[in-house]
This record gives sequence, structure tokens and C-alpha cells, in this order.
Amino acid sequence: MNAKMTSTPTSKIVDTTVGDGLRFYGIWLAGIAVLIVLPLIFSSGGSLTSFSLIGIAIVFALSYNILLGQTGLLSFGHAVHYGLGGFAACHMMNAVVSHGWPIPLPFIPLFGGLGGLAFALVIGWVMTKRAGTVFSMISLGIAELVASSSLILRSVFGGESGISTDRTSLPKILGLSFGPQLQVYYLIAFWLVISAIAMYALTRTPLGRISNAVRDNPERVQFIGYDPHVVRYIAFCFAGFFAGVAGGLAAINFEIANAAYLGAIQSGLVLFSTFIGGVAFFFGPILGAILVTYLQLGLTSVTGVWQLYFGIIFIGIVMLSPGGIAGLIMMHRPLVRAGTLPTVIPSYLLAAVPTLALACGVILTIESIARTHSGQGSPINLFGVAFSPASPVTWASAAILVAGGFFVARLSWRRVGEAWDRATTIARDRGYLA
Amino acid sequence: MLELIVISTLNGLLFGMLLFLLSSGLTVIFSMMGVLNFAHASFYMLGAFFGYQLTKWIGFWPALLLAPLLVGAIGMAVERYGLRNTHKHGHVAELLLTFGLAFAIEEIVAMMWGRSPVDYRVPALLDFPAFTIFSTNYPAYKIFMLAVSILIFIVLLTVLKRTRVGLIVQAALTHPHMVGHLGHNVGRIFMLVFGVGSALAGIAGVIAGPALVTQSDMAAALGPILFVVIVFGGLGSLPGAFIASLVIGLIQTFAVALNGSLASAFGPLDPSAGPSVLTDIWNVTIAQVAPIVPYLLLVIILIVRPMGLMGTRET
Amino acid sequence: MTAAIEVRAVEKRFGNVGIIRDLNLSVAQGERHAIIGPNGAGKSTTFNLISGHIKPTSGEVRLNGDVISGLRPFEINRRGLSRSFQVTNVFARMSVWENVRCAVLWATGHRYAFWKNVDSLSEVRERTAQILDDIHLTHRRDVPAGLLTYAEQRELEIGITIAGGATVVMLDEPTAGMSHAETERAVSLIRRLTEGKTLVIVEHDMSVVFGLADRISVLVYGHIIASGTPEEIRRDPKVKEAYLGEEAH
Repeated sequence: MNAKMTSTPTSKIVDTTVGDGLRFYGIWLAGIAVLIVLPLIFSSGGSLTSFSLIGIAIVFALSYNILLGQTGLLSFGHAVHYGLGGFAACHMMNAVVSHGWPIPLPFIPLFGGLGGLAFALVIGWVMTKRAGTVFSMISLGIAELVASSSLILRSVFGGESGISTDRTSLPKILGLSFGPQLQVYYLIAFWLVISAIAMYALTRTPLGRISNAVRDNPERVQFIGYDPHVVRYIAFCFAGFFAGVAGGLAAINFEIANAAYLGAIQSGLVLFSTFIGGVAFFFGPILGAILVTYLQLGLTSVTGVWQLYFGIIFIGIVMLSPGGIAGLIMMHRPLVRAGTLPTVIPSYLLAAVPTLALACGVILTIESIARTHSGQGSPINLFGVAFSPASPVTWASAAILVAGGFFVARLSWRRVGEAWDRATTIARDRGYLA
Repeated sequence: MLELIVISTLNGLLFGMLLFLLSSGLTVIFSMMGVLNFAHASFYMLGAFFGYQLTKWIGFWPALLLAPLLVGAIGMAVERYGLRNTHKHGHVAELLLTFGLAFAIEEIVAMMWGRSPVDYRVPALLDFPAFTIFSTNYPAYKIFMLAVSILIFIVLLTVLKRTRVGLIVQAALTHPHMVGHLGHNVGRIFMLVFGVGSALAGIAGVIAGPALVTQSDMAAALGPILFVVIVFGGLGSLPGAFIASLVIGLIQTFAVALNGSLASAFGPLDPSAGPSVLTDIWNVTIAQVAPIVPYLLLVIILIVRPMGLMGTRET
Repeated sequence: MTAAIEVRAVEKRFGNVGIIRDLNLSVAQGERHAIIGPNGAGKSTTFNLISGHIKPTSGEVRLNGDVISGLRPFEINRRGLSRSFQVTNVFARMSVWENVRCAVLWATGHRYAFWKNVDSLSEVRERTAQILDDIHLTHRRDVPAGLLTYAEQRELEIGITIAGGATVVMLDEPTAGMSHAETERAVSLIRRLTEGKTLVIVEHDMSVVFGLADRISVLVYGHIIASGTPEEIRRDPKVKEAYLGEEAH
């Protein structure tokens, strides 16, 4: 009788999990299909290079989110594991060639991972003793230590020039030489899929869940039997391993590892990617890595101050949408389910116009200053309109766009807020929102 | 040798006092607001560049006064319009905001003044050797820097011991949880503390600029050392920050001045062994190791005494 | 039979201030023991001392005969003592289900496992579902704990505390801030969930204390001035003077 009583609710749960399961595997399969098909559609050398870089960046950002999103550890030195993974991979490749070991190239990222893991195992216990701000500061100190040491230990890190290698001289597997970028792309895609699945699976293990608990409330975790220090340490090791895998992939892609791999800029970029993408959802860092790498590749050719734009985007996300892009997207899920999304869209469109004007004003201002100071004075091309950086017309339009855009945007975003409140109230009434 | 010791001690004290100008503000801000200001070294850099620019326009002495005020104003704006709005998202978001700011400030400085060092000169009034020890002329400007930092140190101490705001700051250092009970003007106190901390960093920048290199990466180079100082001294402890500043200032200055290596002390290794990690370590000079010394200290203190020299708090 | 909890001559000083002095307390197996006392008497500190949250300056605490003072909270928890907090202390961004499940994991022996899918652990799932059912939060299972109502969070707090199957349960003011109806609900919940376990409870609501407890200890200025059955405590003149007397006015 007991069984009969409980069977009704559980069967409903089972139904939804079957449906969710189908959709879940569907998303993963679709992702894999995209990875396979992409180079067939965009087959130019440039896009292959970009895809490869994006793939590496995704693995790196996902590994970073094991720390930041899953365990609540804000590291300023994650590139250390990436860099050491890259060096480990390079040394391994050279050793394979010189000793004639039967290890083909596709296994090399594993050694990169072990390189990243080894350092995490050694330094992690001390580092993860404390969480929060102290951890962040220490991570920065350790990163500086490693980056500076890498210039001293020339025999391991190759000094300024780094350690170079030749990926094509390793033993062949399936007749692949890994000379062409296309083959390297598929190698990266393969490791991307493996790593992403492994890291996703990690979030669904007891350790993964306890990591979340440590993130939310390390004090309470101690009273349900767990040592938060151990939890942080293991999570740190996993993050180090997968960062090392990403570094190994980078070493294969560039056929070199140098001090820049483990430097502050690389650490900053992975933090930017992950946070801009959104730390609260597994796919957030993927979005972030795609966007940041794409911007990085695209902006460098358009403007000399692309890093400043990164900084501004990052500050904007921190202040206005700490959930990142993924958080923004997922905010709308209850509205979609409740069918109230269409009620907010008009206010979005209305707000988009002044916001865009504001953005154009800011870009115009920055570019005018940058180009005047660098002395090149090349015209600014904004949506097909050319502005001369020295002309007062440019300055005036920039000022009008910034000031006017700002005030109108404020008003229109207030209206978005009102529309949003109405839509969520309805969604709550319909039971799609807690 | 004695000459080297005297000169290095002076330089070390000077560097240490500069570090304390920065780390004191950082410590007070951290203790009161729970925010680790990643952009603190950026305010120092802004001080140096404002000092350089204003010196060009209106001369060094007005710049010495005006540049820190400007930096302080920027600091207050950051607190008022940035941190206060981010506070509700927690300390990680605040830390990230200051990280983004540090990044953006570096890029803005690079955009305005370029990435190579600017020609920020010692004012003519102070451009003479103060005294000669053995064979070294010790510049008067460095004595001036030392005097300014000691003066500010004394002023700071007096403010902390004698004024109402100082008492509040002190109370916040020992009982961080009480800060919330300061009443309705807690926002203004935060803004003031943040502004003063930034202005102190600005002063350090103005006076250090001519003696050290004024360049767009100077914040990124100094920032991590500052963090080492406050972790080493013990988070939230001003005396700790003071001692750590001097210790790290002295150690680093001495390390830079010393040219010895294991090879010079014990003779070269057998060359037939070929290059290895051991030969790298054997041949590296102390001066080359100098940049990593603070971080080695950090690792050692974390293992030996995780709370830092004078720290009492876990987080 | 050895006592479930035995506190012997425990002292706790913060600097020069003695918060707890010569604290002696004995809780028998299966007993429901309430600690009462005026504000600032050191009730929460006593809880923190027993559960390992803070370490005593001197003296010792035993759990089922073994010394636990000086051990860290998770070590004490693994020996079968679990506690709740006066200020709600849940995992705010995780769902109700995840909150309870995390509290079940260590006890079911999965520890730091990173090779098992947590959703496929049937024992964990069943126990979590059972506890959610017990604390009447099954219908809220997917809601982030931070979004629950106050009373629901207090119930979740109790759920997390008992989820690990500890034999000694310590609840710090479980009904604080609850309405009368909510309090009644919470008391019957506590009574049911701690059946057959040792319970130590700090409580301000005297009707809860006298309705629930087998024995009561009265803590005043960090010292236990009386310990006994509710009837004895009611009659104790020292207690009347120090504590109940105030309430009677």
C-alpha cells in the first residue's frame, strides 16, 4: 500500500527525467555535430585557426569554472596550470621524438593535463587552506612566483624564446601526420568533447555537489561531515588538470610553449571569458570563451585599444549582470515557459536604440582619444560612417551620443524593468517561478 | 661592502616606506569594507602619471598637492558609483570590479601616455646629491621621498589615534563586524576612507614617479607585491603591514644589490653535466632572484604561519 | 551506560573575558535535554564548544565516552553528532533537494567520490526523498534554499541537521522567530524526527521547553546553576530567582 501511495508522484518525476534526458543528450549530440561540421562550412585557414583557438579557450574556461563557479574560488593565477601543461606537453613531445617512444600525438594533451595536475597537487594544499579573498591574493602571488621563476629556470622553460617542438615528427596514428590545421582542429575538438563531458560529469558527482555546498557555505559543510579544505583541494586539482589539457592543446597548436602561457594576461583572459559567459551555468564559460576569443581575434585588426574594450565589457557585466550572458539568457526561461516573454520584447527593442547610441558614443570617444594620442589619426569607421579623430564634429557627436544615449537609455531601461516585473508576476502566478 | 650595506639600507627603508604608503590604505579599506582593492596599485600609477602631466603644466610642487587630490576624487567616485552598487552581489563581485578597473586603468594610461616610460624628472630644486658616503652620491630627492613618507606616516598615526574617524577606523580593524553598526553615515565614511586610501596611493605615485620608472605597466608590477605585503603582515593589521613593508623593502633592495650566486660562492659545477635545473639554480645571481623573493616569502609564511606575521583573523 | 554527551569542567575565555566557566553537563542516551537561560548566558557558545565550532580553553567534552574536545567540526560530525544553527545556515544557491542530499552524502559513505553519478545513488535518493517528506518540503524540492520562506528555511535547517543520521542532535533555537502555529508544527516535527535519538535543544519558548524536554539545564553567566526534570526545575528556587522569576513579573 505504501508503494502504491508513493508511486503517483515518482512516476511523474520519472516522466520528466526521461524527457529531460532526451533533450539533454540532444544538446550534447548537437554540439558534437556542430564541431564536426564547422570546418566543412568554414574551411578557410583563418577560420580553422580561430576554431582551434576557441576550442582551446573553451577547455581552459571550463576548467576555470570548476574553481570559480563550482567551488567559489576566484583565482588570479589559473594560467600557471595552463602554461605548465603546455611546457609538459612540449617536453613530452620532444622526449617522444628523441627516445622513439610509441606515443602518438593525440595522447600528448594527457601529459599536459598531468603537468597542470602535478603543480596543483604540490601547491594546492597550502593554497586552498583558505578561501575567499585570501585565496585570490595567494593565487596571484603564486602565479607571479611561477612566471618569474620560469625566466630563471632556463633549462626547463627555455628563457625568453620558450621551448619549441614539432608535432609532425611523433609516431603516426591512423595515418594522420597532424601537419594540416584541419587535423589539429579535429584533435582539439576531440579533446574538447572528452574534457567537456568529463567536467560536466564531475559536477554531477558527490564531490561536485559538495563543491557547490562549499561555495555557498563552507562553515555549514563542516557540520555535515566534510572538510572544506579537502573539497577545495580536490576541486583545485581537477581544475589544474583540465587547464593543463588546454595548455597541452595550445602547445600542439602553436608547436611552442613560452613564458607568456603562464603569465598574468592569460590568467586574466580566462577569468574574463568565464565571468562574461556566466559562472552559474555549465555552458556559461563556453559562451564566454567563444565570445572573448572571437572578440580578441576580431578586434585586434580594427582597433589598437581592444584590451580597453574588454575591461569595459567586463566592468559592465560585473556591475549590471553578475550572472554573465548565461545568467541573462536563463533569466528568461520562466517567462518563456509562462508565455509572457513577448510582453517584454517591445521594451527591449525600445531600450536597444539609446543603448546602442551610448555604445557608439563611447567607442567614438575612445577611438578619437586613442588615435589622436598615437599620432596616426586614421579615420574611425563606425557602421560605414567615417569620422576623423581630430575633427570637432567627431568630438561633438561623441559627446551628444554619450550624454543623450545615457539619459534616454536610463529612462528606457526603467521601462524594461516595469515590463519585466509584470511578466514575472504572471509567471509566478502560473507557477513557473519560485 | 659597508658602503653597499648603508646605501641598500637607505634604499630599502625608502622602498619599504613607499610600500607602506600603499599597503596602509589597502589594509584599512580591506578591514572596513571587506574589499580587496585590486586597483590600489593603479591609483599609485595614476598618481605618477598625473604628477608627470601636472608637473609639465604647472610645476612639481603644485602637482604634488593636486595629483593626489585628483586620485582621491577618482577613488571616491569608484566607491560611490562602483563598489556601492556591486556590494549586494558579494565580495567576489567587488573584487572582480576592482580587477576590471585595474585592467581598464592600465589600458587608459597606455592609451593616453603610450606604453614606454615617460620622462618624469626629479624637480630641479632637489636635483643634487644630499651627501656622499664613501664614493656614492646619495640624491637629495630620495631623502625628500623618505621625509615625505615619514611625515605622512606620522600624520596617519595622529589621525588614527586622535580623531573620531580614526577611532572608527581602529574599531573597524579589530571588530570588522561592528562596522555595520556605525549608523546612517557609514556610506560617507566608506567613501572617505576609500578616497583617502586612494589619495595616499596617489602621493606615493607622485613622489616615486621621478625616482622609479613611470610606465603603464608599473601598477601590474607593484600590485602583486602589495598583496604579498598585506598577507605577509597579516590581513587587517596595520602594524603587520608596516613591518612587512619594511621587511620586503629591505630584502628586495639588498637582493638587487647583491651579485653573488651559488657558483661564485662554491665554484662552478662540473661542466660535463650539461645544462639542467641544478645549473640554472647554481648560476643564477641573487639580483636575478630578487623579483621572486617576495613570493617565496609568501609561500613560506603560508606554510609556517598562515595568518601572517601579526594577523589574528582567519579571513 | 555512558552518557551521550559529557561536558567536564569546560572553560572558555575570549581574551580576559570568561564566557563559560566550569561548565558541567551530562546528557544521557536517548534523552531530550533543553538548555535554557537568559540572553547572553552562553547557550550558543556551549553549542559551539560541544560541536567543535570553537575550542574550549580548558576542560573536556566526551561524545559516547570518547573525548571530542579539540577535534574539528567535521570529525565530531562523523562520530555521530549533528547540530543546527540559530541563524539560518543553509546552502542558499542550491535547491532544497541538493541541500538535503549533500547532508546525506557523507553518512552514506560516498565522501569525496568523483567517479560516481550522484543521481544514480539509490540509497542517497531514497533517504533524501524521505527527509524531504518528513520536513514537508517535497513540493519545494527544486526551489533554491535562499528563496524559501523563513519558516521553510528553519525546517530545512532541521532537515539538514538530521539527514546524516546522527544519533546526537543539537538544535539551536529551532523555533526562533516563528509564529505560534509554525512553532507547534516545528515542535511536532522535532519530536517525530528525533525519536530514539539524543536531543539537545536551546530554546526561549518555555512552552516548547517544558513540553518537549525530559531534562532541563539552566545556564546563567556561563555556568549551569541547575539541572533536572522539568518539575524539579520549576520548583528550584535558584532558577526562580535567576531566570524564571524575571519572566513571572
